[in-house]
Amino acid sequence: MAYDKFEVLTSTAYPLPTENVDTDQIIPARFLKATERKDFDINFFRDWRFNADGTPKADFPLNKEIYAGSKILVGGRNFGSGSSREHAAWSVYDFGLRCVISSEFADIFKNNCLNVGVLPVQVSAAFADSLFAAIEADPKTEIKVDLPNQTVTLVATGASESFVINGYKKENMLNGFDDIDYLKNIEGEITEFAAKRPF
Amino acid sequence: MATTLFDKVWDSHVVRHVEDGPDVFFIDRHFIHEVTSPVAFLGLESRGNSVVYPERTFATADHNTPTINQHLPVADVLSANQLDALERNAKKHGISHWGLGDINNGIVHVVGPENGITLPGATIVCGDSHTSTHGAFGAIAFGIGTSEVEMVLSTQCIMQPKPKKMRINVNGKLGAGVTPKDVALYIISKQTTSGATGYFVEYAGDVFEDMTMEGRMTVCNLSIEMGARGGMIAPDQKTFDYIAGRAQTPKGADWDRAMEYWKTLKTDEDATFDVEFNYDAADIEPMITYGTNPGMGMGVTKSIPNAEAVEGGVETYRKSLGYMDFNEGDSMIGKQIDFVFLGSCTNGRIEDFRAFCSIVKGRKKAEHVTAWLVPGSHKVVDQIKEEGLDKIITEAGFVLREPGCSACLAMNDDKIPAGKLSVSTSNRNFEGRQGPGSRTLLASPLVAAASAVEGVVTDPRTILNA
Repeated sequence: MAYDKFEVLTSTAYPLPTENVDTDQIIPARFLKATERKDFDINFFRDWRFNADGTPKADFPLNKEIYAGSKILVGGRNFGSGSSREHAAWSVYDFGLRCVISSEFADIFKNNCLNVGVLPVQVSAAFADSLFAAIEADPKTEIKVDLPNQTVTLVATGASESFVINGYKKENMLNGFDDIDYLKNIEGEITEFAAKRPF
Repeated sequence: MATTLFDKVWDSHVVRHVEDGPDVFFIDRHFIHEVTSPVAFLGLESRGNSVVYPERTFATADHNTPTINQHLPVADVLSANQLDALERNAKKHGISHWGLGDINNGIVHVVGPENGITLPGATIVCGDSHTSTHGAFGAIAFGIGTSEVEMVLSTQCIMQPKPKKMRINVNGKLGAGVTPKDVALYIISKQTTSGATGYFVEYAGDVFEDMTMEGRMTVCNLSIEMGARGGMIAPDQKTFDYIAGRAQTPKGADWDRAMEYWKTLKTDEDATFDVEFNYDAADIEPMITYGTNPGMGMGVTKSIPNAEAVEGGVETYRKSLGYMDFNEGDSMIGKQIDFVFLGSCTNGRIEDFRAFCSIVKGRKKAEHVTAWLVPGSHKVVDQIKEEGLDKIITEAGFVLREPGCSACLAMNDDKIPAGKLSVSTSNRNFEGRQGPGSRTLLASPLVAAASAVEGVVTDPRTILNA
């Protein structure tokens, strides 16, 4: 499924410093029953955002008016652990987020994000802490994520760190391409390879 | 050059390396189920693509299937929709499909090996993180997202950067009452829930050599719980004996040719890993978790560590204990439990039911405990009956249910109610994993059985030794 290109994003951010946020929290299994990809924002962090009776939990950062409309989420270490459900990355995207920043990502979640147009930005633990501190001091503080230059910057102070992304994935994100476009282009090579597999 | 088992299998599946990018990685075997495949088929069709190698993909229904009355129509409309979509897509694209009621139906990671689809040296993926299970056969197997499911359907490849390599050696002899599940939970407690992120693990040493194939599957299954993409064990005679003669394994001359290759699948003496860990079997006790990730585990006789003594943030740790309603310093032994779940792709095989029965035989389920015993497949059910384990189960006051993922992720009706405490042989103790508000203690089938008969968390050795 195509996604919008990602170049430079400047936005306020939701802070979620809890560590080891797993994909069962991002989207609980009972909401994985759809047969099409739509409206996954509704149950994004369902049990952390809402009480059992459906009323919002006022304290949860994603419910706080002050952060509303942010396109970036700054998460705690080991964000997205657990299940391979891409629904977690879809719910991030459908909620209006285009970037998650953390000091460590779980592998499959990171892959899924890249495949659906959410940029996972891994920063040092110290830089992540400085982002949390800046947001706490000023909830309206802006963060600039510059994909062409691979930097993430706290706009108010200019404090900046570079991040890693391989050249191939970077091109994909900049252009809104996905892996199937690439794979279909080398179909002949794959067919030849497959013919030689013993089983 | 000396290479590892992982290198041998990985490198032989690279169609091409993309400069400053991932490898184009060929997939031999692809499992699909009802939850993570429907959107992939939609994508495939919207692009006008077809399934290029339907014979390399295998469909089974497991995640949201009921575990009672499977002969009746599935009552939950959304689950029924997904099951229909799986069947429809499989039929339309010429993919084999084991739906509800099919003799081969069961949990994807149980039925794959049972039917000889899982082979040494193969690459295996599925839209499910516990695909790492198949690494027990010397395969490279890991979970993928739905976009990647679509890639495999339409090109038989995915684009993956090659992970780093870790070896975990466990040597010595395991004590009585210590099972493969305990070995895995012990390793994860040492590595933490993210210690192996970015790595692919090879398990080596006496303990894994001595393990049955079922045990090896349990260990490899849990690799993802320390962040590893997957884990694998070099194939040996036990592996070959297990797969020989199964429905879909190579036969005759093909088998001989395959064996020649499979025998080369081991890490060379002087091959090196990015990182290596050594553990001693004698240090491993029956394990239990006390928190909300699988890394928060300890020997069942130990007390919950203080926040300052553990790696990671104190706030996150206390939040986790708060959810569990436990305190630092608490002992787990003797805590009253409400539910017991035996099953899942981690512990839903015949050996797990034998272990459970070794404890409950001649004893009775504690009255206040609700127990769900869910075999991983119909073949496991048949074997349970053949061995007479069903009688032991019934006499002890338990009921055997029908196969499926069940209370491991509680997508069907098998949900642990809010606040209730469950001893579970599954793989994740995340908040709400077994139902909103449920509290999960991960443990082996022996700990689950001992706790089911005593009604409180129990060290199985006290029963085995009695």
